[in-house]
Amino acid sequence: MPLALSPQVSPVGGMPLPQNRANDAMCLIDTEELTKAFDGQIAVDHVNLRVWAQEIFGLIGPNGAGKSTLIKMLTTLLPPTEGEARVAGCDIRREAPQVRARIGYVPQLLSADGALTGYENLMLSARLYRIPVREQRQRIQEALELTQLTSVAHRAAQHYSGGMLRRLEIAQNTLHRPALLIMDEPTVGLDPVGRDTIWEHVRELRARHGMTILLTTHAMDEADALCDRVGILHSGRLEKVGAPSALKAELGPDATLDDVFVSVAGHDIDQPGNYRDVRLTRRSARGHG
Amino acid sequence: MVDRAVLAIIGYLSQAGAVAAAEVQKLRHDPSELLTRAIQPAIWLVLFGEVMAQVRGLSAGNTRYLDFLAPGILAQSVLFAAIFYGIAAIWERDLGVLHRYMVSPAPRSALVLGKAVSSTIRGLSQAVVVYLLAFSLGITLDFGLLHLLAVALLIALGSGLFSTFSLIIACIVRTRERFMGIGQVLTMPIFFASNAIYPITIMPPWVRAIALANPLTYEVDALRALMLAGGASRFGLGLDAFILLAVFAALVAIATRMYPRMTM
Repeated sequence: MPLALSPQVSPVGGMPLPQNRANDAMCLIDTEELTKAFDGQIAVDHVNLRVWAQEIFGLIGPNGAGKSTLIKMLTTLLPPTEGEARVAGCDIRREAPQVRARIGYVPQLLSADGALTGYENLMLSARLYRIPVREQRQRIQEALELTQLTSVAHRAAQHYSGGMLRRLEIAQNTLHRPALLIMDEPTVGLDPVGRDTIWEHVRELRARHGMTILLTTHAMDEADALCDRVGILHSGRLEKVGAPSALKAELGPDATLDDVFVSVAGHDIDQPGNYRDVRLTRRSARGHG
Repeated sequence: MVDRAVLAIIGYLSQAGAVAAAEVQKLRHDPSELLTRAIQPAIWLVLFGEVMAQVRGLSAGNTRYLDFLAPGILAQSVLFAAIFYGIAAIWERDLGVLHRYMVSPAPRSALVLGKAVSSTIRGLSQAVVVYLLAFSLGITLDFGLLHLLAVALLIALGSGLFSTFSLIIACIVRTRERFMGIGQVLTMPIFFASNAIYPITIMPPWVRAIALANPLTYEVDALRALMLAGGASRFGLGLDAFILLAVFAALVAIATRMYPRMTM
């Protein structure tokens, strides 16, 4: 179960700083005024975010809200323009290799190599993450069983279904048992059955390995069903953070998470982003079948 | 302290090896690329070589033109196989596979080296094809074990060098369309402004200056000494190896800085 360390609802940047190191250790993501600008255009705007140990935290926002940019900074792929962040206890600027060793990242785009088999993809990850040779085979077998891919382990990944590919990608990025798993739109392009399987798998990872999970989504039902807390990102700003039930209760007894988003953003989450966002989303969806 | 350093080196090599092994596995699953690539050196040696052999003054000294040409065609095949490596990097970035490498704790230089090593597999397969062709055309090859090993090392170095150069170009141009255009533009001067198909002595001074600054010239020069029976190096094998190693090291250092920018 997630640790009940955070207040149920907090406004932007409203979470108090932890007063001791015990709290620091339980904080897997801690950003302070984290900002990213591209040619003067602000994509992520002074974000203060805390994600606690063993939480499933959802970042909600439409295309172009800044979710992927925020995640790229947290995974050390993109240097921030301003602000600080510690991920899994390490500074994203000064300790980038240590951050990368402690996290798993499933990008929105396809990260499994279609020309390799599932087993080969997993072995590649095992070696990149320097899992000891004597443990590699056992970990891969366990991951294949957990993701129900054992029977297709030696088939080229390009022949997998969208759901199987996503499970393989999660397996290859959790083989090293990261403290934190970050997933960018993990269920985009999947049918309802595939989506349910991924949800189940995410819950299993937390239950079995105590992983903390940060995911982005623009599917409100997904955020509602899966996440302990969500953060609403709009135009680069983290507008609201809290448990879905608490956020909904603020608006009224019959309020949905969509209503919460509308109350914060002033429009529906399905409002399309720019050409590039739509292109990326469609390409990714096509890639996942 | 020493143990930790040894473990760090082993870990580094293992990570670079993982990248290279993945490329080998892909080739094993679909070796058709290796077969299609074999056609190009065959055309150069059989068609171009046989015709140009009739032209006086193209080979150096008393060497037959086909003997002179074979090492040049081997180096050219390696260059052509390696120079489009960057497009694979752009493709990996577009798919998302590159993100997987970039979020792993593997040092960026290990990723670049891994890619460079993987390109040598294609280069070595080209060497086998050119040796078979050259042998069947009656070219006087040196099959001494040491010479064969040295040729393999040279091919590895040349492949690594030009594939890393290609990776740098990919980091600059960033799209497949731009890369296709610039790839063609770069390959031709590297090939024609070298000693691959004619001796450096017949070049006008300005072309000779370019050829002397071109790493392909030194690769071909070393190959002529090692591949042919009685072959000799114009610049000396030591200088050839030094220049190739120095350029490769410089390119790896540049690519290590530029490669992560592809995912930004």
